[in-house]
Amino acid sequence: MLKISHVSKTFNRGTINERRALTDIHFEMDKGDFVTVIGGNGAGKSTLLNMIAGVYPIDCGTIFLDGVDISRKPEYKRAALLGRVFQDPMLGTAADMQIDENLALAARRGRSRGLSWGVTKKEREEYREKLAQLGLGLEDRMTVKVGLLSGGQRQALTLLMAALREPKLLLLDEHTAALDPKTAAKVLELTEEIVEGGGLTAMMVTHNMRDAIHIGNRLIMMHEGRIIYDVRGEEKKGLTVADLLEKFEQASGGTLDNDRMLLA
Amino acid sequence: MIISILKAMQGAVGQGALWGIMALGIYITYRILDIADLTVDGSFALGGCTCGILLAEIGLDPVAATLIASLAGVAAGAVTGILHTQCRIPAILAGILTQLGLYSVNLRILGKSNQPLLKVETVFNGIVDATGLEKAWVSILVGVVVLIMLIAVLYWFFGTEMGSAIRATGSNENMARSQGMNTNFYKILGLAVSNGLVALSGALISQHQGYADVKQGIGAIVVGLASIIIGEVLFGKRRNFAVKLSAVVLGSCIYRIIVAVVLQMGLNTDDMKLFTAALVAVALSVPTFLEKRRQAASYSESGEGGKTC
Ligand SMILES: Nc1ncnc2c1ncn2[C@@H]1O[C@H](COP(=O)(O)OP(=O)(O)OP(=O)(O)O)[C@@H](O)[C@H]1O
Ligand SMILES: [Mg+2]
Repeated sequence: MLKISHVSKTFNRGTINERRALTDIHFEMDKGDFVTVIGGNGAGKSTLLNMIAGVYPIDCGTIFLDGVDISRKPEYKRAALLGRVFQDPMLGTAADMQIDENLALAARRGRSRGLSWGVTKKEREEYREKLAQLGLGLEDRMTVKVGLLSGGQRQALTLLMAALREPKLLLLDEHTAALDPKTAAKVLELTEEIVEGGGLTAMMVTHNMRDAIHIGNRLIMMHEGRIIYDVRGEEKKGLTVADLLEKFEQASGGTLDNDRMLLA
Repeated sequence: MIISILKAMQGAVGQGALWGIMALGIYITYRILDIADLTVDGSFALGGCTCGILLAEIGLDPVAATLIASLAGVAAGAVTGILHTQCRIPAILAGILTQLGLYSVNLRILGKSNQPLLKVETVFNGIVDATGLEKAWVSILVGVVVLIMLIAVLYWFFGTEMGSAIRATGSNENMARSQGMNTNFYKILGLAVSNGLVALSGALISQHQGYADVKQGIGAIVVGLASIIIGEVLFGKRRNFAVKLSAVVLGSCIYRIIVAVVLQMGLNTDDMKLFTAALVAVALSVPTFLEKRRQAASYSESGEGGKTC
């Protein structure tokens, strides 16, 4: 499904701000894989997801998604194959537009946008049902501007939008990190429902080690721009937080300097 | 005295309607795309000059000349859009560059700095001759008919998939891109449509005032912003899009009435630009001050005194 070979990325190359963010990444994912991604601050997790999404150009290497070479496609074209949810709930939705309009924009991802209506009556009925499944009461507020929703509501909506066109790959970058614990749990539950229910392929960055172990069928750990640990299946299910911390110390040759990872 | 004031009002409403077309164009960039587009001063004069030369030198049909002038504005907007999106020049600067370049372009088009249009056939004197109506009424008529058509078209367009994509681009570019929208394209499209309307307004204004002038666009952006803000202050931020657009046009008429009144009261026309700048500064700061006052008035240290916190 996803095949990344020899991908490297250095930001601000040739300046004093040069930052090596990814080093010679090789990574493959099968259809239906749900991979959780962990690693300390600055490990390159977001950069990896951004490279797949095309936010910045890669320096070298190739990225294939579902057999298509997307290495040099612009972000808006790759979007046809991807669904994305960001850490900041403000980023994923258009605040000045209504809930149904936001969903309609997502429903047209990867299609050409012409002069037919932006939202049709028939679609609205469909959205009402999908929103009802979120259990947040948004189905009765479809003409409300998204800017008036809470962060958790916006994040749930973004998740729904990301999955609306059945993406080849769903990219979730710490999408519950800005939410209170209860809302975060709710959004995480929705995420599992949507990914597993829809048989989607997904990558989820998280700082919560317990979530990383319990969610999905595979886990990777990143450190200084490399993937240093990759487990799946039964072996992954059997992991403990202590195992992961030890693994991290071994690989990095030091102790974990990331409090957020320990909070789990 | 009363008669002369009424006459001035009548003229003001006619002018307000024609300038209102420009304000609608500016609304698209300023409020929908969230870009302060300074191309406007240049594209307004571009519309006037293109139309003027087509009427005076080539003797083209006034409606055709007006449409061609609008297309010139579309091109000017696209240039700004390309400078901004493809060359990554900040939007304000891209607009200033196009505006500056257009000054020379307009001089080239007109061949001189001013072209009288009193003896040529225009949209307005054509209708005056055909109907026998007074010119002031004709300008109101033309303005209102064009505005009704434009508001209907804009209302429809911004409800379509393409129009929604422009709105999304203006509201959250990150979201627009991640939902597969080519935000560069939609910015260029929005700027082009906007400046097309601005040039249309410029073409009508030069026919109405009886001359085209390379300087006719100076300060146009500020007049347009004044119209938008007066409309919003007086009519509130309504939800319905057609109502919002109508408020912009009414704002334009009210601006013209204010101008007519202060001129009647003896303000020197040379001071007009300063007056307009001050008016816009005040109108822009009114919402901020009102909010501050409301906040201060409702504050109570203890939360007592019947006020709910
Ligand atoms: N746009 C950018 N410009 C310059 N450097 C960047 C940019 N984005 C990321 N970096 C650098 O690349 C490295 C990897 O950053 P990245 O955001 O991928 O880390 P992360 O693993 O997501 O960390 P966190 O857990 O803090 O989100 C960091 O050193 C960061 O400073
Ligand atoms: Mg990150």
